[in-house]
Parts: sequence; C-alpha cells; structure tokens
Amino acid sequence: MEVRSQIAMTFHLDKCIGCHTCSIACKNIWTDRKGTEYMWWNNVETKPGTGYPTRWEDQTNYNGGWELQNGKLQLKSTSRSKIIPNIFHNPSMPTMDDYYEPWTYKYQELFDAPEGDDQPTARPISMVTGEYIDIEAGPNWDDDLSGSPVYAENDPNLDALSADVRKQMFEIQRLSFFYLPRMCNHCLNPACVASCPSGALYKRGEDGIVLVNQQRCRAWRSCIAACPYKKVYFNWSTGKSEKCILCYPRLETKQPPACHHSCVGRIRYLGNVLYDASRIEEVASVPKDQLIEAQRSLILDPNDPEVIKAAKENGIPDGVITSAQESPVYEFVKSWKLAVPLHAEFRTLPMLFYVPPLSPVMSGSDGEITSNETEDLFHDIKESRVPIQYMAEILGTGATAPVEYALRKQFAVRMYRRQLTVGDVDEATADRALFEADCSREEAEAIYRLTSLAKYEDRFVIPPAQREQAIEMIKDPLEHKQSVGFGFSSPPMRV
Amino acid sequence: MLDTLLFVVLPYVALVLFFLVGIARYRNRPFSVSSLSSQFLENKKHFWSTVPFHYGILGVLAIHLAGLLIPDVILTWNAAPARLLFLEITGLALGIITLIGLFNSIMRRIRLPRMAVVTNKSDWVLLTLLMVQIILGILVSIYNGWGSSWFASSASPWLWSLFTLSPDISYVAAMPILVKLHIINAWLILGYFPFTRLIHVLVIPNPYLWRKTQVVMWHRDRKSVRLKD
Repeated sequence: MEVRSQIAMTFHLDKCIGCHTCSIACKNIWTDRKGTEYMWWNNVETKPGTGYPTRWEDQTNYNGGWELQNGKLQLKSTSRSKIIPNIFHNPSMPTMDDYYEPWTYKYQELFDAPEGDDQPTARPISMVTGEYIDIEAGPNWDDDLSGSPVYAENDPNLDALSADVRKQMFEIQRLSFFYLPRMCNHCLNPACVASCPSGALYKRGEDGIVLVNQQRCRAWRSCIAACPYKKVYFNWSTGKSEKCILCYPRLETKQPPACHHSCVGRIRYLGNVLYDASRIEEVASVPKDQLIEAQRSLILDPNDPEVIKAAKENGIPDGVITSAQESPVYEFVKSWKLAVPLHAEFRTLPMLFYVPPLSPVMSGSDGEITSNETEDLFHDIKESRVPIQYMAEILGTGATAPVEYALRKQFAVRMYRRQLTVGDVDEATADRALFEADCSREEAEAIYRLTSLAKYEDRFVIPPAQREQAIEMIKDPLEHKQSVGFGFSSPPMRV
Repeated sequence: MLDTLLFVVLPYVALVLFFLVGIARYRNRPFSVSSLSSQFLENKKHFWSTVPFHYGILGVLAIHLAGLLIPDVILTWNAAPARLLFLEITGLALGIITLIGLFNSIMRRIRLPRMAVVTNKSDWVLLTLLMVQIILGILVSIYNGWGSSWFASSASPWLWSLFTLSPDISYVAAMPILVKLHIINAWLILGYFPFTRLIHVLVIPNPYLWRKTQVVMWHRDRKSVRLKD
C-alpha cells in the first residue's frame, strides 16, 4: 500500500444555477493574457448540449484518454508509437475553430464614427488577428439551448439513447436541462502527463495537482490531444501548453481555488482524500462497468488505523491526515456514494466528482393534470424528465445503477426533510424511502447539512501545504519569501 | 583573401555562435527553446507544409551527414553507376519534396491572416535563407551532378580540416559558384540558427522513451520524514 494524498473536488449539480461566476473568476485571474483569450480553464456547459470545445466528449473524433488494448492500458492517440510517427503533424490535434475565435468589440468606433443618420456600432473584431469577424461560436454558445436541433441534438451522449427516448427528450413539454461546470480533474492517471515527450507535465506528489512546467514544455502538444476532457490548452502566442493549476498559490495559503470560492450556488466542495497509489494502473484497467466502484475502492478510509500507519510511513504529515478525515469529498464519494466521476470510461481516474442533479421538479403532466402519485416511491426518478439513461452516459459509464443510487438517496433525503419540516409526508413513507435508498436517518441528516447548510469551512477543508518544510530542503526560506506563484523568473519572451 | 574569409572565418564564427549562443539560450532561457507551432490556428495547409518539409529536409541532411562522416562508404557505394544514380535521384527527389513543403509553408504564412500574427521578422529571414539554400541545393544537383561523390571526396576533407583546426581551403576554392553559394549560405544558417526558432531541432525527448508512464514530483524528501519506529 502506497498511501498518497490528493486534493479532490465534488460539484453538487442539483445546486448549480449556471451563472458562470466560476468561469469569470478564473478568467480574470489566469487567462486574460495574450494567447489565452480563448481558454476557459473552468467552463459551464448546458446538458444536453455540445459543450466546449464542440463535442469534446466524442473520442472517435478527438481520440483522447486511455483505452484497453488486449487488456492493457494504452493512450488512445498519444502513446509513444503514435506520437513519434505523427511528430510533425498530429491528426488528433484540436484547432482554434473547435473552441472558438475570441473576439472583442471596436469600441473606439462609437467615438470616432462620423456624424450620420444611424447610431454608430461597435463591431466585433478577432482577438487573434484584430480583423472584423462574424461571431459564429463562443465558449457557452449553446447556453440554455436544450432542445435546439442545431446544438443540443448533437450532444454525443445522445447516441446511446433509443430513438424513442431521444424524441421524448426533445418534446416541448418535457424539455429540461442541467448545467455541467467543468475544469481540470487533476486525475490520478492523467493522460496529459503520460503523453508528454518532454516530461514537462507532472503531478505534485504531496497534493496531486497536475501542472505544466512552462520552462520544460517544448510544444509537442501531445497533452492537448491526450486529455479526453480537453482541459489542457495551447497558448498560440507562447507556443506552450497551459492548464488549470487549481489555484495552487491560493491553496498553499489555505484559500480555496477562485472558482470554488466565488461559486454562487455553493455547489463546490474541496478536500483531500488518501488513496493507494500502487493500485492506479490496476484500477484504471478494470472493465468499463466496474470503473466507478474500482475508483471508489482506490480511496482509502482515513480513519482506518492501518491506513493512518501506512500514510505516516509514507511521510504524509499528521495535518494532512486530519484534514482527510474531515474531507467533504470523502463523504460524498465514498461514505454516501452520492458523487460519481465524469466519464470514468476515459480511464484517467478523475478526482472531480459530480452529484447527479435531481431537478427539475419531478412531476409529469398528463393533459391538464399534474401528478406524481404512485405506489412506487422512486417512480419519478425513473420517469425523470432528463432520462436516467442520458445521465448514465455522462456520469455512469453508460450504466444507470450508480446514477440511480445517487438520485434515490437524494430523493429519500428530500422526503425525510419534508416529513420533518412540512409534515405532508408521513414518517413511515419517509423511513421506507430512506430504507430503499440504503440511507440511515443519521446519514440523511448529514447529507442534508452538508448539502444545504454547509459553511465555508465545511465545504473547503484544505490540507496544510507545508511548503515551509519543502522549501527548507532547497533554499533559505527567507530567500523564498514573496516568490511563490505562477510568475516567471525572467520575462516569458520568445526568441 | 575572400576565400579565407568565406571558407575559414565564416565557418568558425558560425560554429562559435552556434555552440555559445545555443548553450546559453538553453541554460538561461529554456522557455524559448521550442518552435512556435501554428497547427492550432490552421490545420489542413499545415499538413501539406510541415510534413513534406520536415521529412524532406531530414533525408537531405542525413545524406549530407553520411558524406561527412562515412565518405569512404559513400564512395564505395557510388562505385557502381546504378547505385550512384539511385542516390542522385533520391537526393534530388528529397530536395524537391523539401522545396514543396517550404513553398507551402511560406504561402500559408503570406495568405492567412492568423499566420501573420505568429510570424515575426526573424521567421521571414529564416524562411528566405532556407528557401535560397534549398533552391541552390537543387540547382547544384542539376548542374553540378554526382554530388554524393564529390562531396565525399572534396567537401568532406575540407570540413574535417576545419574541425581539426587546420583549415585547408584548397578543396573548396576551385568549386563552381553554385556550390560555393550553397556552402556560404549553409554557414549563414548555422550561425543564425541559435537566434531563431530553429533551436527546436536540438530538442530531444530524452527520458520519454524509457521513463515511467506517470511523472510525480515531490517537494519534500519523503524518506527523511518517515517515522523511525
């Protein structure tokens, strides 16, 4: 057992209101530089929808992530045997047009326009070439456009649904959607790191954050094709890859990442988990339908004396172990099994988990009558307006069981709380719901608290970075003072 | 005098620049050691520029390098006319492939507005030097044929005389003007090399082929903090 600590995240999709505040917070801090205008390290997608870059989930086109070849784990398009023959031109490389061409407006025209009969307008200009452009795409171009035959119907996850279910989904009365905020998953088995010919990408041992060393990046761009989530980006101005750094300068000073901190719906939870690093390859190679459970088994119980002992032997500080014991992510993912990874079938073992959304309100309309009366307590979940099979394609590797389990439990917690606060559900019904959802009253209470009442300290349990210890090995701590951060030691100029 | 300047001084200046500036750049500004890929901005024309250019020039350079390093082998190989002809045609074909690639590359950079943003003056100087060099090389192989043989028997000894610090220009002084121009331009490119994006040629994915799949870096020495009990 090789115990390591990893900073992991949980996004509660039921609470996401799709306001994009996370994206803006991130952009203002990290990607407002030349060459990064098109990058959204954090973005929010409407599902069903095509996402950013367009149809990123379709790996028959983007060829990202891992696949099993004769039982052996292989990078789909960026293994050594495929990168070297394609060294001068990688056919799986996305281009700017797969994302969008960033633009601004020529505001000066509002002032400089000659006097005339019409109001002057600020025309859009490309932030790459500076020329006038017709805007054809943006990072959230299909925002709230569920049901649109132009956008939502091209969602790759719909391919697995039967024609009937697809048709149902796009009926105007049943139309619904949910938001999917996305960022780097800081995977345990990152395809980007594995693919880098320069070894410029690496995972930090202490907290598992995946970073690109800008000084070592030699612009091979394998990582961009390798990441199945398309969360490594190419800076066309510097020629280097860039990606989410999980705001590590903030984390090291015990602040949550900006996207987490700014979240209006308070959907984001962050904490570290302990995991067994010696089993990574084994877990990433299990059959598709076992991936979610196998990934859960990789995460260790931080209260188990054996685990604590092994963690200490591996040099994990006490503070990091304590923080793992209080981690909200551990509760969501492991204790309650409410949160599941996004597209676990890409086999990167992502460390960002999603609580599947229960909404919209589960009532079906039958003519003029709206009702949800049935003997089966969880009838509505199966008849959900977002078909459970669709959700399973995104969050369950195609299997409905993990998603259904999470939805039943959430529904049971709602019944339990309704019985307590409103009283129109009787105790027996609530108890039966809890029982059928594999949930005790204590657990329901805890889920309710962490979901609805959680304070800042409950949502973000950040392990001590102990950079002071780390830096003492390399240089005088006083010399290190004021030098933490993304900054370069010399201007990042080319040639 | 002019010959000494062009075939002794110029090569040494170029070599010194190549090594000193190259090493200094690698050590002091590793961030700049790569080419600026433009595939992200345009994908289709990129294929028809970069692929023929790179494979062509690698082949051409390999033949030049063979003439320099193993001249005897080349001369023995060329003893049979059929084999000499084979090498001659291969070289010319590779040169033309390189030319096509470079031509496409230049046209792509002229025509596409997005390319103008990522092309600087140094790139244009370099593209011009390379274009001149490739055209000269093709002309040499057309008008001053059997280059693989005479390169091995006269250019190679001259280069070795330079490397062994006993320059002897008698080998090159009598060469035709096209060959001389090709040689002079080659040294210009070599001297200019470390100041340009050509620096990417020196990038070797060293541990890539045998390293572990994942790269994990530790800030603290875990052994030193391990419990002793």
